[in-house]
Amino acid sequence: MSAPVSLIREPLVTGSKTYHQITEDLVSPTEKAPGTLWVMAFSVAAILATFGVFCIAWTIWFGIGSWNLNRTIGWGWDITNFVWWIGIGHAGTLISAILLLFRQKWRTGVNRAAEAMTIFAVMCAALFPGIHVGRAWVVFYFFPYPNTRGPLWPNFNSPLLWDLFAISTYFTVSLLFWYTGLVPDFATVRDRAKGIRKKIYHFLSFGWNGSAKHWQRWESISLVLAGLATPLVLSVHTIVSFDFATSVIPGWHTTIFPPYFVAGAIFSGFAMVLTLMIITRKILNLQDYITIAHIESMNKVILVTGTIVGVAYLTELFVAWYSGYVYEQFAFFNRALGPYWWSYFGMMFCNVISPQFFWSRKIRRNIVWTFFLSIVVNIGMWFERFVIIATTLARDYLPSSWSFYIPTWVEIGIFTGTIGIFFVLYLIFVRVAPVVAIAEVKSILKSSGDQYSGGHGHHHHHEETTSTENH
Amino acid sequence: MAKATKDVIYGLYNDEEVLMNAVKVANSKHLEIMEVFTPFPVHGLDPLLGFEESRLHIGGFIYGGLGTLTAFLGMTWIFTKDWPVIFGGKPYWSVPAFIPITFELTVLFAAIGMVVTFYIINGMGPGIKLPILDNRITDDKFCIAFDKSTVDASTAESFLKETGAEEIDSKII
Repeated sequence: MSAPVSLIREPLVTGSKTYHQITEDLVSPTEKAPGTLWVMAFSVAAILATFGVFCIAWTIWFGIGSWNLNRTIGWGWDITNFVWWIGIGHAGTLISAILLLFRQKWRTGVNRAAEAMTIFAVMCAALFPGIHVGRAWVVFYFFPYPNTRGPLWPNFNSPLLWDLFAISTYFTVSLLFWYTGLVPDFATVRDRAKGIRKKIYHFLSFGWNGSAKHWQRWESISLVLAGLATPLVLSVHTIVSFDFATSVIPGWHTTIFPPYFVAGAIFSGFAMVLTLMIITRKILNLQDYITIAHIESMNKVILVTGTIVGVAYLTELFVAWYSGYVYEQFAFFNRALGPYWWSYFGMMFCNVISPQFFWSRKIRRNIVWTFFLSIVVNIGMWFERFVIIATTLARDYLPSSWSFYIPTWVEIGIFTGTIGIFFVLYLIFVRVAPVVAIAEVKSILKSSGDQYSGGHGHHHHHEETTSTENH
Repeated sequence: MAKATKDVIYGLYNDEEVLMNAVKVANSKHLEIMEVFTPFPVHGLDPLLGFEESRLHIGGFIYGGLGTLTAFLGMTWIFTKDWPVIFGGKPYWSVPAFIPITFELTVLFAAIGMVVTFYIINGMGPGIKLPILDNRITDDKFCIAFDKSTVDASTAESFLKETGAEEIDSKII
């Protein structure tokens, strides 16, 4: 087991850790009082979230008229934000599920936080269609339950209903996957805790005691959940893209949408993971667990998916021209040179040009550059959704109904509110749960830790092992 | 529900390779190990302990199939028998349009079913207390436990000592 996988491959856990040190490093953030930086970040997030909740209440009280949507532009910031948040969520599942199936060990350093990000992002996303329908208090009409209205059922042929099923399934499965992974780590926290903390973590850890049979089942269920989550995550953004692709709006009615949306989702999601991880590793001192090698791996994913997105943009343009269909051609002409030209060029620059910097190994391994570009990508992907949604709707078939749209303060407040809600939840998460999967990191220590894989540390076993050990 | 208590003797090891070796020795001496506890999944341990492959995934398949049937037959019944409506001139039984929801419910049922089964067969759940021999088992100790009613206590103790256990103790659980 201690045989190094590769002498060339970079270690994934640095600092010559022992098992006990890993526990120490990863559990201690939940045991200490929060630092000033955390309190400041939490306060800002809480203020944004509070204002967001106020704006949501405002919308529900006064109606959708408090937004600037009109007859021509029926989807504006709300659906833009919805698609943006859902896309961000996808990276978490990609890291936790797809990389597990591909046996990419570097996932262990970031999967826990990325999955948390998924769950919080999906919560933020689900909020938008929930209030956009106008009467949020009867939103449960979407669910096909036996009712006294006939029973009248929802339209199962509608992509909007597919979306409801996709997102509720995605949220539930992500939550189960995440929590099942957390249970053994909650047990670690429990066994170090005292008093009320012990009681709380005792409750949360479901009685986990590390039995070998339980571990076997735990690995089995993790693998199957990963196998289920992999097609699921691809289906979710595919179905989100159906919201557009099954319509007859020029610029939306394209078969390229499902793969293009999925690539874009992974692209934006990894950017958000990087934004979060670079801050988290700094604040919680996790540089030994979330290493430069992790950051570089994620930057490679950004480069690949960003380039796929770029190819999709160009394909769209080519097909619009090649189709000979004048409305389709106009839709793309309007996107690039119409009243919202700046959002199109913002999108092109942020999503296609900016990730190309990652061809350089130096930039891939530079934290400041990575952080900056991750924010640029997040902005770019927001622009992409805005371009697809509002820009396209603003110029429809009838020039007499052409319109322009800028959001009201309520819409802006709800968007910044979801960013606040997201960070409030994330910041609470880093205080109450181990941000890095403790058991999983321990399980890769001997194959990927620096003291075992050679190069950076000494090739010896940690000091606690005894002479009886069998080498 | 009163559970029969067990008198247990156990040893704590510092390394999973020492533990695996000890399990091999126990197997060759035909000592019946009651249970092994580890801080993380140790690969290669399951066959040594004689564990068969978990059948959870078979359960997952069955739950998933249940989800497929629920979704597909449910939509079929609703749109052909209970309340047929024509949407966009399509047939009542428009199978391609049923595929996305059928897929989602398959995954949903399989995931929920498997996770619930996992906790039930492990005897785990919110607030449940399972025997914990040592608090450091979830940190960095690897534990082999023997039931004193099946293995003689002194044999077990000498075995644990010989195979490199750092600490040996008894507990009634």
